[in-house]
Amino acid sequence: MYALIDCNNFYASCERVFNPSLNGKPIVILSNNDGCIIARSNEAKELGIDMGGAYYMIEKDLKKHNVIAFSSNYTLYGDLSQRVMNTLAEFTPEIEVYSIDESFLNFEGFELIGGLNNIGKNIKATVFRNTGIPVSVGFAPTKTLAKLANRIAKKNKSYNGVCVLDSNEKIMDSLRIIKIGDVWGVGRQFEALLNNNNVYTAYDFINLPEDWVKSNLSVVGLRMQKELKGIKCISLELTTDAKKNICTSRSFGRYLTDKSIIGEAMSNFASRCALKLRKDKTVCSVIQIILYTNRFKLDQPQYFANKTIHLDVPTNNTIEIINYALKALDLVYRDGYRYMKCGVIVSGIVPENRIQQNMFDNIDRSKHSKVNNILDTLNNRYGADVLKVGSLGVAKQWNLKAEKLSKCYSTRWNDLITIIAM
Amino acid sequence: MINLYTIDYSTSKLIPFSENQLVCGFPSPATDYLDLSIDLNKELISNVNATFCGRVKGNSMIDAGLEDGDVLIIDRSKPLKNNSIAVCYLDGEFTVKRVKVFKSKKEVHLLPSNKNFETIIVKEDQEFIIWGVVVYTIKKNY
Repeated sequence: MYALIDCNNFYASCERVFNPSLNGKPIVILSNNDGCIIARSNEAKELGIDMGGAYYMIEKDLKKHNVIAFSSNYTLYGDLSQRVMNTLAEFTPEIEVYSIDESFLNFEGFELIGGLNNIGKNIKATVFRNTGIPVSVGFAPTKTLAKLANRIAKKNKSYNGVCVLDSNEKIMDSLRIIKIGDVWGVGRQFEALLNNNNVYTAYDFINLPEDWVKSNLSVVGLRMQKELKGIKCISLELTTDAKKNICTSRSFGRYLTDKSIIGEAMSNFASRCALKLRKDKTVCSVIQIILYTNRFKLDQPQYFANKTIHLDVPTNNTIEIINYALKALDLVYRDGYRYMKCGVIVSGIVPENRIQQNMFDNIDRSKHSKVNNILDTLNNRYGADVLKVGSLGVAKQWNLKAEKLSKCYSTRWNDLITIIAM
Repeated sequence: MINLYTIDYSTSKLIPFSENQLVCGFPSPATDYLDLSIDLNKELISNVNATFCGRVKGNSMIDAGLEDGDVLIIDRSKPLKNNSIAVCYLDGEFTVKRVKVFKSKKEVHLLPSNKNFETIIVKEDQEFIIWGVVVYTIKKNY
């Protein structure tokens, strides 16, 4: 049996752990740069607030309903996520962290010692006790069904957050009530095609002939159908594949026109890419930069630039990658535009011990690698960006807008919760 | 930024035992007494996933050694014993007190450790959470 454990309204729940006065109140979390709504508490969902709504358009509405908005605090969410996942890992040796707030766990064989429902209750209680985050638990023979069981556990209060689909009867009953569009992996096009063929529930779907599914929905659809029937086709991914590319890009907190400030942002993103490469012990052979104006402001002149640089010798060196990113910026930057977003993407990633050397290479690589080692050691010990390359700048005028940011209660000494003893 | 003050074991420093049987000559008599170094993370934190810190404001717990400005190590997973010092959430703020639960009266008493303060009696209908048990107090003396 597999379990899918999903944190309930994760971002909202994180805010509540350190600010319990938010319990029972509608809250929403805004995307980077306070752009649009990316997460809602149940109370906010009940008010009919849409996911993805632009914040500046509905700000007044939210105030009227006393909805509290937060900028996204990924430091806080990341720390709590890690605590939740570590807690889950104590229950079984096999865990696939699927996203910041969901994990698949393998409970193969555990049914013999009985009471998956009890294990589920125990998981829920332990995670809540450790972290204050409420979770829902769904058990089923396949990942697709576990996802579905989780949905049932979350939507039906009577399940108390744990749903176990351990018999064919229970599986069939739940397939009858689940809309095909709510099945894991079914996108809008899939749904439309199936609806056109009178398939509305997951149960309708498993009754389609396999030949039809294969010819109309390919092997992906067939695999989904088998999974829903309880035949395991997708196993846990216990190791993550090496990344094919690394992208660091942000929207600016405000429009930028000054090349030197954009260069500062670009240097920061390049430096972050280099750090990620070194953490993975990989190097990149292609560096691409992007620089965009705001395409939603149709009244302003538009410019979307990107520039790709191929390297003779792959690298993960901060100074070198910054250097290329700034050269690329030189090539594409044009005066007279109001820029909204820039980024650095590195690709052509290979392990660092498999570098093809170049005869005409004139960079002192051993010296650079010493510099990087010192950079990483100091920043690991004293905190990110204690030591950095000069072009990264100090003022960060390009920084994101995050006006409603909560504190990093669990990770910063100066942000700890205040406990009143008066 | 994230690892600056987060509580994990990444900062622990482990010194390996000396393998003195490989060394020629007379082994140092002190090697038998070599120990791993003290790792405060390991000594002060038993459940890293459930441990958080908070800073005290006020002196209502001063006789229990909790002073204004002290940092508390809070373990959410430790069971509350009667009279444990715990961080609670009451009517909109975090507070720290000794907690006594009276099941029969359906009351919780929050006891200060300072004669200038009075016991707070929490009734059933109040917004009240026992957030975590205080396991250590960190005080800056220098």
